[in-house]
Amino acid sequence: MKMNKNSNTYQIVYSAILVIIVGTVLAFIYMQLKPLQDENRDNDTRKQILAAIKVYPENDEAIVADYNRYIVNEYLVNEKGAVVDSSEHVAFNVNMAKNVKQTKRALPLLVALVKGEKKYIIPVYGAGLWGPIWGYVAMNADGKTIFGTNFSHQGETPGLGAKITEKEFTEKFEGKHIYMEGAFKSVEVVKKGQKSVSGAESIDAISGATITSRGVSAMLSDCLQPYDAFFKTLQAVNP
Amino acid sequence: MLSKKNKEIIFNPFSKENPVLVQVLGICSTLAVTVSLEPAIVMSVSVIAVLAFSNVIISLIRNTIPPTIRIIVQLVVVAALVIMVQQFLLAYNYDVSKQLSVFIGLIITNCILMGRLEAFAMHNKPWPSFLDGIGNGLGYAMVLVIVGFFRELLGSGSLLGHKVIPQWLYDAGYTDNGLMILPPMALIVVACVIWVQRSRDKELQEK
Repeated sequence: MKMNKNSNTYQIVYSAILVIIVGTVLAFIYMQLKPLQDENRDNDTRKQILAAIKVYPENDEAIVADYNRYIVNEYLVNEKGAVVDSSEHVAFNVNMAKNVKQTKRALPLLVALVKGEKKYIIPVYGAGLWGPIWGYVAMNADGKTIFGTNFSHQGETPGLGAKITEKEFTEKFEGKHIYMEGAFKSVEVVKKGQKSVSGAESIDAISGATITSRGVSAMLSDCLQPYDAFFKTLQAVNP
Repeated sequence: MLSKKNKEIIFNPFSKENPVLVQVLGICSTLAVTVSLEPAIVMSVSVIAVLAFSNVIISLIRNTIPPTIRIIVQLVVVAALVIMVQQFLLAYNYDVSKQLSVFIGLIITNCILMGRLEAFAMHNKPWPSFLDGIGNGLGYAMVLVIVGFFRELLGSGSLLGHKVIPQWLYDAGYTDNGLMILPPMALIVVACVIWVQRSRDKELQEK
């Protein structure tokens, strides 16, 4: 049978069949691979959280094992510092991109036990130059000093803004105070050689990546500030 | 299986008809994914797979495709294959897929693909089309790997993530060339490869 390939009917039927076949195949593959993909995504998040408390698992199995060993509790706290939810994985499952946009935020918080000392890990989320940047800040039990940080980004410039993920940068935050004479003053990322104007502790920005560095600075300030009441309760317990 | 003509189909893209060096197609991805060797290799494998299979599929259905919507049909086939590659990477090589992020999706717009589908697969049987896809994919891969090799070696002092430049060299005052990491250097390295190729192959030199 010879069909007229230029007829409208043929074209429409042809495209419809093609799209149905392609759609079915893709949906099937997606369903098959989804569990593996979710696991990878979760493991990646776990790896980032662990990096904030300076634990670097070597392989995938170690990630889950280390995560379960070090992370002892997960909470959502409110702006008054009180725990509102402490069910399992409650902080892990928070979608930070949506969370930071809400006016009345439930603040996710993970508690880790490192060498017998409690560390409080706070997820942070902000904007870099090209896209979102996010990370985890681990606070010491005194509620004043940073124990460790880890940052990630979606598409910062390689070799410049992308350097925020490197240890060389994240290690600079260790031991920095976010409270000055009892008032919250987030660590600022400032140009090399300069000091923070507001009197907060500062660290050197990455040269050539001004906007990303500023983004980190703003992200820390915006995302740590709501925990003010919580930090104060920690400070009251461990003066 | 590999007649003289088929051999030409598969080996010509390495030299006389190299898609990147001679036809200057697929340049954007050459710039984007060659900062280090590993993403360059993964990108190469992905492009080879997508190119070979889309060539075969288009070649199989070439007689049924309505000529007026052939480009759309080609795009749908390519897009479907690219999404498959993306899904497989997310499942089996998450770190690399994170590194390549948007560039896997951009295989769809890689001119080499549309070029080969339109110029070859639409008029040839599946087997030669498959070889053509493999050949052109390898031609592209060759350039990607060469560029990735030099950029990672000179820009980060490592290969596939392993440090290869010894510490004593750094102690003696050697530093990695930060410029190699930036996209413009990829263009310059590609240009150097083209230069080497033209000086060896007199046929390609323009008068």
